[in-house]
Amino acid sequence: MGTGTLAPSLKQALFAYTSFTLLYIFGQFRDFFRKRWSKASLKGYAPIRQDYEDFYTRRMYYRIHDCFNRPITGPPSSWMDVLERTPVNRQEPLTTTGKIKRCLNLGSYNYLGFASSDPYCTPRVLDTLSQHGWSLCSNRADAGTTPVHEELERELASFLGKEAALTCGMGFATNSAFLPVLATPGTLVLSDALNHSSIVAGVRAAKGTVRVFDHNDPEHLERLLRTALVEGQPRIHRPWRKVIIVVEGIYSMEGEVVDLAGFVAVAKKYKAYIWLDEAHSIGAMGATGRGVCEHLGVSSADIDVLMGTFSKSFGACGGYVAANKDVIDYFKAQCPAHLYATAMTPPAVQMVLSALRLITGADGSDRGAHKLSQLRTNANYFRSGLLRLGFNVLGDWDSPVMPVMIFQPAKLSATSREMLRLGVAVVEVGFPATPLLTSRMRVCISASHTRQDLDYALQLFDYVAERCDIRYGGDTARALANTGPKIQAV
Amino acid sequence: MASHMVPAVGEFLPRDALAWVEEIISTAWTTFKPGGRLHPQTFIESKGHLVVEAILLALISYLLFQGRQKPQRRKERPLSKEEVDELCEEWQPEPLVGKLTAAQAARPPHVITAVSGCSVEVDGKPTTSFASTDFLGFSNLEQGRQVCEEAIHKYGVGACGPRGFYGTMDVHLELEAEIARFMGAEEAILYSYDIATISSIIPAFANAKDLIVCDEAVNYSIQTGCSLSRARLLTFKHNDLADLQRVLEKVAAEDKRSRKPLNRRFIVVEGIYASLGDMAPLKELMALKEKFKYRLIVDESLSLGVLGQHGRGAADHFGIPPTAVEIVGASLGTALACIGGFCSGNREMVDHQRLSGLGYCFSASSPPYTAKVTLETFRALREEGPRLRERLAANAAAFRALAAGVPGLRVVGGEAAAASPVVHLQLDPAPETYEEGDLLLERVVAHVLKHHSILLATAKYSSVETRRPPPSIRRVRLRPVLVTALHEPRHLQAATTALTEAMAALRPR
Repeated sequence: MGTGTLAPSLKQALFAYTSFTLLYIFGQFRDFFRKRWSKASLKGYAPIRQDYEDFYTRRMYYRIHDCFNRPITGPPSSWMDVLERTPVNRQEPLTTTGKIKRCLNLGSYNYLGFASSDPYCTPRVLDTLSQHGWSLCSNRADAGTTPVHEELERELASFLGKEAALTCGMGFATNSAFLPVLATPGTLVLSDALNHSSIVAGVRAAKGTVRVFDHNDPEHLERLLRTALVEGQPRIHRPWRKVIIVVEGIYSMEGEVVDLAGFVAVAKKYKAYIWLDEAHSIGAMGATGRGVCEHLGVSSADIDVLMGTFSKSFGACGGYVAANKDVIDYFKAQCPAHLYATAMTPPAVQMVLSALRLITGADGSDRGAHKLSQLRTNANYFRSGLLRLGFNVLGDWDSPVMPVMIFQPAKLSATSREMLRLGVAVVEVGFPATPLLTSRMRVCISASHTRQDLDYALQLFDYVAERCDIRYGGDTARALANTGPKIQAV
Repeated sequence: MASHMVPAVGEFLPRDALAWVEEIISTAWTTFKPGGRLHPQTFIESKGHLVVEAILLALISYLLFQGRQKPQRRKERPLSKEEVDELCEEWQPEPLVGKLTAAQAARPPHVITAVSGCSVEVDGKPTTSFASTDFLGFSNLEQGRQVCEEAIHKYGVGACGPRGFYGTMDVHLELEAEIARFMGAEEAILYSYDIATISSIIPAFANAKDLIVCDEAVNYSIQTGCSLSRARLLTFKHNDLADLQRVLEKVAAEDKRSRKPLNRRFIVVEGIYASLGDMAPLKELMALKEKFKYRLIVDESLSLGVLGQHGRGAADHFGIPPTAVEIVGASLGTALACIGGFCSGNREMVDHQRLSGLGYCFSASSPPYTAKVTLETFRALREEGPRLRERLAANAAAFRALAAGVPGLRVVGGEAAAASPVVHLQLDPAPETYEEGDLLLERVVAHVLKHHSILLATAKYSSVETRRPPPSIRRVRLRPVLVTALHEPRHLQAATTALTEAMAALRPR
């Protein structure tokens, strides 16, 4: 997958399976005693957490739960203050000890470095705060639309090359509340196998039918689509009303860029609509930050609905959809998020607007262009550095998301704790967010990382790789290290 | 004849046995020898017909008991590539979106240019607003602005990550602790979006094997949560406890018959219903829930801060102790004047959501400045809550009384709803069709805004709602008027006068 391989080798798979089996056996053993000696649950009520559903949480997650939910204080910029917590003690909650550890941040979604105070954005944000307050206490349709909201939507639409745009206060809800509006009964939704949980929630809540195609595989999509069009709707066999293909720009767990040209070709041939989720790629990919469409040379007019979030590249919260005017008008009339949910908080709207102006250069400086090129350079430099060290790094060149394969569950916690001790905050993802054998560490690079930061991180990665033996890329990875785009010297 | 065989075995068998065997053999020989009774030739001549009859009988039985066989359908030839191409070529999709109704097209996009208390500027024109959920007037807290500024300087704007991956800030933890303290619960969990709160909570605790009984008038968020959970869903008539009892008894009777293992069961209600503005009869509900052993989920979005001695919501209003309701979910965008939502309850239940609540695990956490300002609003709620709640209740009751006098409109909710600041006004008499009523109310609201500078809002519903309209009443259009503590009696009077005039102008009787 890109510069790495997702599937473990036989040896790695065996070790991983052995790990999990041991954990399972120990877990069952402990459960046996727990059942005999734990306090009885309320009589007449089924336990609120089901035994088998909860097994993973109780017996595996809680062993390493200090690797997740780490609290910080201050902004999540390139260096951040992580609050230290008490050590793991069975299932007791962890509390902060009061000590702070300054860490290099390789985990937050801070692609363009907007996480902390910015000389252009912050004054404007504070202005909007004094003018409109921090909450409008109303849904958008009733009394929640301010000039800032409208301005942002206009500028966003023109940035993305679409007729109109609509914002929402939460990125997750931009998929889960907007997709059901389109996926009416009789609609076929074709969703990539590795789509985000918000897309899955959106299509499950919808009344249309969903079918899943293999990850990033336009051929499989075409086969599925042909069969579906011939057979019609399930049970009644009437023709489908419409078909919507849902893909993401960058898949954050794989760091991979979508084969957009392939999907657009299929969509055009079979008259299907495309919904593109650019949560991680907007502002991070493309020469001017316009996302994967620009990066891959696909016209944004070919994508029916462009969706994205503001929490990653724009340093705020919320999400947007951009499409033709009639589609956006329909969303304004029908979308539950627009009609029921509190409007996006005005300071965050202004943050996005200012960040957008910075990115396009409308603020009169070249800081935006500099940030975009810095991000690309940093991403490629770090990826090439990791590959040279022999790691198995997934994803494509230019992508700022780099999953490093770990495979063994125990090494997840070992690397996470060791890196924290050394002063680098990384994100580890394991089962059930990923398939059982493919645990990984995910690195997110930011434009605000300096070359020294990256070199420091690479040194520490090297050290941890020695101690934990996680150089799963081997010679293949080393061979790929110099195949990326040329990196400017600093 | 047979006797020659006897000496061969004679050495091994006792005398009597030998005699007995000899007798059997000689009898058999007598029967089967030519001329004997059962010799084949004699048998066939005298009883041969029996054999034929037996065979025929066997054949008939076989044919009778053989199953019916359907004629084999010839397997259809699979379609060729060209045929599939042709079918795909022929197929035409509908447009991506449908058409808007007349009422939806008539909705003007109000742009709020400034907010100050209950007065807002709509498109530059000062108006009195009855469309904001800021029931206690906290969206203007002086300290709030300062706190936000400091937080934006310290933390930036966004949290840049989900709670699991460095999106947890100390302010989030502080806010969760404060919410737990306020609600009298063991622990609380913060969500970053109000409609994602309940719709993440319900699927975390209910799956296909479980049962949810909810009021038929619940909001979209609860409906989505119930459908995402894939649990069996039963509804009872709005606020009708007799109907709820009937449903619970029906399920109990099914239990007796089926002997399935005990599953998780929930009753879901709202503190103040968003769609009707009245309150759930929680006291009696608690009794039913205890009797039938169900867990209660209450959505206190509109009642938090508004009802109850401590401001904890509808449960507090009815004197129910805080730990009695198992799962309490609420929005922080209403009386708390911020964004997001929370769930409070015991530690086991709340902790489970940290891994199973979709809106918590897979979403960026709320911006730190919003968490910081919510802490400030909670402080204000503790200090000034009782006084403001009294004013709010007085305003709500006054408005309901005044609005009852507007001809052509009816106030939803009787005596029990007197304290609720969410006042729904229905057209009375009911209009012919839903669309007609919708359009008329949009026109009334536009008229009131233009001529009287009062901002009201029609109740808008999405087509994706799975609400089942009550079968007995024809579905009529509703409009919520949101009364806040900041409104003065003159505002309430002005609103009702405006409504009266508008109704007279647009729907003359």
